[in-house]
Amino acid sequence: MFGQFANAFLGRLSWHAFPQDAITRGGASAIVFGGFAIVALITLTHRWKWLWKEWLTSQDPKRIGVMYIIVSVVMLLRGLGDVALMRAQQATSAGNSHGILDANHFQQIFSAHGTIMIFFVAMGFLFGLINLVLPLQLGARDVAFPFLNATSFWLFFGGMALINLSLVIGDFSAAGWLAYPPLSELKFSPTTGVDYWIWSLEISGVGSLLSGINFLVTILKMRAPGMTLMKMPMFAWSVMGSMTLVAFAFPILTVTLTLLALDRTIGTHFFTAGGGGNAMMYVNLIWAWGHPEVYILILPAFGIFSEVVPTFSRKPLFGYASMVWAIWAIVVLSFTVWLHHFFTMGAGADVNAFFGIMTAVIAVPTGVKIFNWLFTMYRGRIRFATPMLWFMGFTVMFTIGGVAGVLMSVPAIDYQVHNSLFLVAHFHMMIISGVLFGYFAGLSYWFPKIFGFRLHEGLGKLAFWCWSIGFMLAFTPLYILGLMGATRRLDHYDASLGWQPLFIVAGIGVIFVLLGVGAQVLQLVLSIWQRDQRRDLTGDPWGGRTLEWSVPSPAPEYNFTTLPVVTARDQFWVDKRAGKTVEARYEDILLPKNTGMGLVIGVFAFLVGFGMIWHMYWLAVVALLGIMISVVVRACDNEPEHILRATEVEKMDNALRRRKQYV
Amino acid sequence: MKKRTKIGLILVLVALIVALTSWYLRRHMVAVLQPAGEVGHKERNLIAFSAALSVLVIVPVFVLLGMFAWKYRESNVHAKYSPELEGSNLAETIWWLIPTALIGIIAVITWRSSYAMDPFKRLDTNKQTLHVQVVALDWKWLFIYPDQKVASVNEAAVPVGTPVDFELTSDTVMTSFWAPQLGGQMYAMPGMNTHLNLEAGKVGNYRGVAANVSGKGFAGMNFTVKAVGQADFTKWMQTAKHSTGKLTSSSYAQLARPSQNVRPSYYGTIDPALYDTIVMNYMMPSGTQTNAEGSV
Repeated sequence: MFGQFANAFLGRLSWHAFPQDAITRGGASAIVFGGFAIVALITLTHRWKWLWKEWLTSQDPKRIGVMYIIVSVVMLLRGLGDVALMRAQQATSAGNSHGILDANHFQQIFSAHGTIMIFFVAMGFLFGLINLVLPLQLGARDVAFPFLNATSFWLFFGGMALINLSLVIGDFSAAGWLAYPPLSELKFSPTTGVDYWIWSLEISGVGSLLSGINFLVTILKMRAPGMTLMKMPMFAWSVMGSMTLVAFAFPILTVTLTLLALDRTIGTHFFTAGGGGNAMMYVNLIWAWGHPEVYILILPAFGIFSEVVPTFSRKPLFGYASMVWAIWAIVVLSFTVWLHHFFTMGAGADVNAFFGIMTAVIAVPTGVKIFNWLFTMYRGRIRFATPMLWFMGFTVMFTIGGVAGVLMSVPAIDYQVHNSLFLVAHFHMMIISGVLFGYFAGLSYWFPKIFGFRLHEGLGKLAFWCWSIGFMLAFTPLYILGLMGATRRLDHYDASLGWQPLFIVAGIGVIFVLLGVGAQVLQLVLSIWQRDQRRDLTGDPWGGRTLEWSVPSPAPEYNFTTLPVVTARDQFWVDKRAGKTVEARYEDILLPKNTGMGLVIGVFAFLVGFGMIWHMYWLAVVALLGIMISVVVRACDNEPEHILRATEVEKMDNALRRRKQYV
Repeated sequence: MKKRTKIGLILVLVALIVALTSWYLRRHMVAVLQPAGEVGHKERNLIAFSAALSVLVIVPVFVLLGMFAWKYRESNVHAKYSPELEGSNLAETIWWLIPTALIGIIAVITWRSSYAMDPFKRLDTNKQTLHVQVVALDWKWLFIYPDQKVASVNEAAVPVGTPVDFELTSDTVMTSFWAPQLGGQMYAMPGMNTHLNLEAGKVGNYRGVAANVSGKGFAGMNFTVKAVGQADFTKWMQTAKHSTGKLTSSSYAQLARPSQNVRPSYYGTIDPALYDTIVMNYMMPSGTQTNAEGSV
C-alpha cells in the first residue's frame, strides 16, 4: 500500500538516485555548496530585496542580458571542467591503464560537455549580447515583447537548472550531445539520463524560439525613425539572419525531442530499432535543426566582428551590401547542408554529392565576409585593442578550420574522417574561434556601455594569448590523431598505437585555455575593483560609429531620452564628424513594470521537466496547469507598463551627464 | 627583450615544434595517409589535392591579414588613411568570383568522386568479389562468410588484391564500421543493410574500429582485417572450418549478449540465412518476430 503510494508520488525517485562515486559526488557537492554559499551571501548582505527588485523581476533587456551572460559564464566553467576530466582521462588511459573514469561516466561527461557548451554557454551568451545591444543599436527603448523576453530567460534558466540537477539526482545521458537513437531509446538507456537531456533542451529550446520571434519583431518594427533596413548596423542584420534561423529551426528540435520523449515514456516507435521505428529519421531531423544551429551561433559573431573591425580601424565596413547578401546567402544555404553530418549513412551518390556541393558553396559567402573585414582594415588606422585581437585570432583559426570543413564536404573524403578526432578538431576550431572569440570580442567591446567602466586591457590581451596558444595546442594534435585513425569519444585505446603523447599535448593545451579563463576572471574582478579609475565618462570609449555609443555609459533603463532620427548608416560617426550634438529634450517614457511572472513560469517549467524525468506525472500536470494559470493571470494585467515622467528622466539624465564635470 | 631576440626565440620554438612533430610522425602510423588498399589510396589522393587547393585560400588571407595589420597600425602615421572608403565593386566582384571558382572545382571533384567512389558500388575489377556479412553486436563484430560457410568474431581475413563487399547491419544500436588503412567507413544500423566495398593492396593486419559511440564497451569494439595471400587465406578458412563453434540461432543469441574486449573466435558451421534473419527481425512489429523458418 505504502509502496504503491510512494510509486505514484515519487515515480522513479529513490535514494539510489543520489551520487555514489567520488567524482560525481565532488561535482554534486560543488553545486549544492555553491548554491548554499550564494544564498548565505545574499542573506548576510541583505540583498534579497535588491536582487528581486533590480534583477529577478526586471524587464530591462540590458539586465536580462547581464543575467544571461552570468549564467553562460558559470556554465562555461562547468563545460571546461568536463573538458579537463575528459582530456585527463584520455591522457592517462592507454594500454593497461584505464584512467580516472569508467566508460559510462566518461560518456556522460562528453555528452554533458557538448550539450552545455552549445545550449547553455553559446546560446545564453548569444541571447545575452543581443539583449544588451540590439535595442540600443536600433535606437529603440526596448524589445518588442519585454515580458516574453524575461520569460525566455527564465525558461533558459529552468533548463539550465535541470541539466545541473542531473549531477545531484540521477545521472546524465551517455548517448552523446545529440543522443542518437537507438542508443538513446529506453532499451539501451533505461536510466533518467536521456530524460534529463530531453527536458532541459525542450524547456530552454522553447525559450530560444520565443526569443527568436521577439528579436525578429524587434528588428522589423522597432527601428528608430529613418533607419531603413539598409541603414541598420551589421550586427542587427546578423541577428535578423540568426533569429530567422531560430524561428525555422527550433520547432524542428522541439518536435524531435517530443517524439523521442514519447518513445521513452509511452512506448511509441518513432525512432526505436524495432516495431517499425526509424532511428535514421531522428538523425535527419536533429541535424535539420543542428546545422542551422551552427549558423544561429556564428552569424551574430560575424555581426560583432563587423562592428569591431570598422571601429578599431576607424573606417566604415567594407562592402556593406555584400555583407548583407552574404548573411542571407548563409541563412538560406544553412538549411540545405544537414546531410553532410552523415554521408556514411549509405544514401546514394546523388544525395551525397548534392549535400556535399551545397556544403562547399556555403564557404563562398563566408569567404566574402573574411575579405570584406580584411579590406575594412585596408587604409585604416588600426588600434589593437582586445576585441581586435579576438578578431585576428578568429581570422587565422577560422580559415584553417574552414578549409578542413571544405575538405570534409567531399563525401569520399568524409568517409575517412567522419566520427574521427579530425572532425572534432574541425568543429571546435569553427565554434571556438567563430562563436566564442566573437562573443568575447563583443563582451569586451560593449562592456563599458552596460557597466559604465572598461575592462582591464592587459589581462584581456593575456587571456587572448592563453586561449589562442592553448587552442592550437589542444586541437592540432586532434587533427593528426584523426588521421591516425582515432575515433572521437574514446575512453581508452591501445598503447601500441602511440597516441598517448598527442593526447598529453592536447591536455596541456587545455591547461593553457584554463589559464586564459583564469585571466578573464581576474580581469573581471580587477576591473570591478578599480572601476572608479576605469569609468567611461564619455559614453563613447572606442570612437564608436553606431547609436549605442551616443548615450551615456552605463546606458540608462530608457536607453534614449529622445528617439534618434537616422539619416545615415553609421549615424553616430556621421554626427560626430559633423560636430552635431543633440539638444536635450525630455519626454514621458512608457516602460514595462517589473514582474516576477517570468520567473514563476520558469520555475513551473522546471517542475514539468522534473516531473516528466522522474515519472511524477501528477507534478508535471500540476506544474503545466501552473504555467497556464500564470499566463492567464499575466494576460489579465491591464497595466503592465508605467510612465517615467519627463522630469524624472531629466533628473536621471543630468546625473549621468554631470559626472563628467567631477572627474 | 629586444625585438630581434623575440623573433629569434619564436623561430627557434617553431623549428623545435616542426622537428618534434616530424620525429613523432616518422615513428607512428598515420593510417589515413598511409593506406594499404585502392580505396584508401584514392581517398588519400583526394585529401592531398583538396588540401593543396586550400593553400590558395589560406595564403592570401594570412598574407593580407599580416600585411594590413602591420602597415595600417595606428602608430604608422605615414600610411595612407581613407576614412570614407566603403567598398569597391571591382574588388568585391573579385572575391565573390574567386571563391566561387575554387568551390566550382571542389564541386566537380565532389560530384565525380561521389559516383566513382560510392561505397555501395562493387570495385571495378575482373576478379570475383569476396562477400562478407558483418553484424555489429554489443560490443564486437561478427563476420559471416556466406559462400565459405564460416564465421568469425572481431577478425576478418581477406585475400590481397581481391575486392571485398562488406555487407553491414547491426543487431544492437547504430555504429560505424571503419578500417582506416583500407579506406572509408559506413554505418551499421539495425534493420538496415549497407555496403562498404574495399580491397587490400598488400599483406598486413589492419586495425578496424567501431567509429560511432554505442555504449560502455564502445572503445574496445575493435577488429582486425587480416590481408593475406591466397594460400594463407585458404589456410585461414581451413582453421575456421575446423573450429568446433557452430553458429546457430541459439549460439548466436549467446554471442549477442553484451560483452567487452572480445578476443577473436571462429565458427566452423553457420546458418546461411542468419544474416537475413537478423535484418528482417526489425521489419516485424515487436513481439511477432520470425522463427527459424522465417515465417511469422
